[in-house]
Amino acid sequence: MCSDKIDQILARHRGKPGALIRVLIEIQHEKRWLPKEALAKVAQALEVPLSRVTQIATFYKTFSLKPKGRHEVHVCTGSSCHVRGAARLLAEVQRMTGLKPGETDSESRFSLETGSCLGSCSLGPEIIVDGTHHARMTPAKVEGVLKRYS
Amino acid sequence: MAKLRSAAGLETLRADIVSRRDPGKRCIAVCAGAGCDAACSAAVVDALREEAAKKSIDVKVTGCHGLCEKGPNVVVTPGELCYFGVRPEDAPGIVAGTAKGVRMDEVPFYKHQMRLLIGDNPRIDPTRIEDYLALGGYAALSKALFQMTPDQVLDQVKKANLRGRGGGGFPAGLKWETAKNAPADERYVIVNGHEGEPGAFMDRALFTGNPHKVLEGLIIGAHAIGAHRGFIYTRHDSPKLIEHIETALAQAEAYGLLGENILGSGFDFEVEVHFDVGIFVSGESSALMRSIEGNPPEPRPKYVRTSVSGIWEKPSNLNNVETWANVSQIISRGADWYASIGTEGSKGTKLVSLSGHVVNSGVAEVPMGTPLRTIVHDIGGGVADAKPLKALHFGGPMGGSIPERLIDTPLDFDALAALGAPIGAGGLLVMDDGTDMVDMARYFLEFLTHESCGKCVPCREGLLQMLKILTSMTNGKGRNGDIARLEDLAEVTGMACLCALGKTASDPLRSMLRHFKDEYEARIPAGG
Repeated sequence: MCSDKIDQILARHRGKPGALIRVLIEIQHEKRWLPKEALAKVAQALEVPLSRVTQIATFYKTFSLKPKGRHEVHVCTGSSCHVRGAARLLAEVQRMTGLKPGETDSESRFSLETGSCLGSCSLGPEIIVDGTHHARMTPAKVEGVLKRYS
Repeated sequence: MAKLRSAAGLETLRADIVSRRDPGKRCIAVCAGAGCDAACSAAVVDALREEAAKKSIDVKVTGCHGLCEKGPNVVVTPGELCYFGVRPEDAPGIVAGTAKGVRMDEVPFYKHQMRLLIGDNPRIDPTRIEDYLALGGYAALSKALFQMTPDQVLDQVKKANLRGRGGGGFPAGLKWETAKNAPADERYVIVNGHEGEPGAFMDRALFTGNPHKVLEGLIIGAHAIGAHRGFIYTRHDSPKLIEHIETALAQAEAYGLLGENILGSGFDFEVEVHFDVGIFVSGESSALMRSIEGNPPEPRPKYVRTSVSGIWEKPSNLNNVETWANVSQIISRGADWYASIGTEGSKGTKLVSLSGHVVNSGVAEVPMGTPLRTIVHDIGGGVADAKPLKALHFGGPMGGSIPERLIDTPLDFDALAALGAPIGAGGLLVMDDGTDMVDMARYFLEFLTHESCGKCVPCREGLLQMLKILTSMTNGKGRNGDIARLEDLAEVTGMACLCALGKTASDPLRSMLRHFKDEYEARIPAGG
C-alpha cells in the first residue's frame, strides 16, 4: 500500500490542525478512500482528536470510508443534464451495474456516483468514467460505454 | 525574476514584455475550459503544436472562450478567426490558414455580448502572468497603491454600485466598508469560488481562464479594507482550476505583486487556498468560513454579519469570483464609466451560464439590462430542436422560474427578484415545452434535501416532507390539500432557517406555484 505517500502528505502538514481538510483531500485523491488507519495517523500528525477527524471525514460527501471500485462511474444529475434526461440515463446505469449511487460492486469493478455539476453542460447528459466524459448519452449507449472498462 | 519594487518597475517590465511580442505574429488559442477539455481539446493542442512547430506560429492553451456547445474551440489571432468543433485532423488547415474560420464579431453567440471580463480569455495562457501583464494587468493595483488612498478606492467601488455576483446582489462597497470599519486587530478578504450550484459554470470559466484578474481585484480590495491575509475557497474537483490559481499566486509573489511590501508600497498581503469538499452549503458565507477554520461547514445565525465577525471572529469580507474580477476595471477606468453600463440598480456586465434546452450552451457576458430574449434567442440560438420555449430558470436550486411570456424582462437584480426568479450566481436554465414543472420543483428539492447540513429542523425535516409530497404528485398520487401543505411548509422553512439554503430552498417551488399553478392543480385528481 502507498503508506509512504500518506506519510509524505502528513510530513507537509505535521502539527497544523487547520490543514485537516486539505490533508484528507490529498489522501482521498491519492487512495480514493480513507482507511481507518490513515485517519488515526492524520489525528496524530495534525494533533487533532480522532473524533474530530472522523466528524469531518463523515460529514463531507467527497470522503469515502469504504474502498472504491477500479472504475468510478459518475452520472451527472445537474439541472441541465436533468432536463435533458439524466434520470433515464441513471436508471439504465443502475440496471446495468446493479448499483445504487454511492455503492461499489462486490468485484470492485465499478463505483457509482451521481450529482455535482462539472460545468460541461454543453455535453449533457453525460457519464464520466474515471474522468473521461462520454457526451450526449442515451440509455441505449450505456452498455457500449461500460463494456470498455473491466 | 526580480521582485518589482515600484510602479515604474512594473511599467518597465510591461514595456519589455510588450516589446518582445510581435502583434502581427499568428497565435492559435485553443480553449481548455470545462466543456472543451471534456471534449478532448488536449488532442487538438497536440496536433496543432506538431503542425505549428514547422512554422513560426504560437499555440496557446487558454481558458473558456464561451461557446462551449461548439467545442473544442480555437481562435486564431490576429483577426480573431473562430474555428468550432475542431478535431486533430483539422490542424494542418488551421495552421496553413486554408481552413475557413468565422470572425468572432460575426458569430451570433459573440456579437451580442459585451465581454469585459471574459473577453481576454482567448488571449491569455492562464499559467503565464506575462500574458496578463501584456494586456495591462496589475496597472489598477499600482494605481490603487500609489495614486489613491484606501478610502478613495472604497469610494470608487461604492460609486460604481458594484453588487455581489454570488447570489445576494448586496452592494460590495458597503460590505467592504463594514469590514474596514469593524473594530479588530486583523481582518480578512475571501474569494468565494465554490460554485456548487448545478448549471453554473461561469466562475470557474473566469477563474481558470484568467486567475490574475480575480487576484488583482482581491489585492486591491485587501488594501482598501486593510486586510493582510486573504483566502481563496474553491472547488477541489477541478485540477486545472487549482493548478492555475496556485501558479498565479506563485508568479504574483515572484514578481512582488503579492507577499511582503507589494511593489515597494509597504503593503503586505498573503493568500491561502482552501478547498470545498463537495457539499453545497459550504458555499454559504458563514459555513465557508467555518470550513476555512478546519471545522464542519455549518452556517451560523447572522445577527452579526461575517463582515464584522467571520473567520476566527475577525471581520471577513467575502465576495464571489466575478465580483472581485470587476474591481480592477472600476479602478482603472473609473466608477463613472462602470456605472454608465447597465440599469439604474444593476451596473456593469453579468456572466451567464446558459444550459438546458438551449441551442448554444456556454458562458455569455452581457450588460445588465439586456432583455432575456436577447440572451436566449440571439446569443443562445433559441430552444434546441426548434421546440417552443416554456420557462427560464435562474439561480439553480435556490432560484426561480418564469414563464416564456416574461422573456422581455431585463437582466436586472431587482426586476428578476420581483418576479420570483432572482439572478443568483447567473446560471440560466432554458426549458422547452416538454418540461414538467412539478418535477422541476421536486428535482431542486431533492438536490437540497441531500445538501442540507441538518442543523435547522425546518430545513432538515421540512424539505423532506415537501419532497415527499412532490414525489407523490409526480407519481400521480397527488391528494387534496397537497398544494396548501406545500405552501405552508415553504413559508415555515423560509422563515425559520438560519442560512440561505434553508431560507430559499422553497423558492423554486414558490415561483412555480406562482407562474405554473395550473400544472400543480392538474396533479390533484378529482376527489383525490
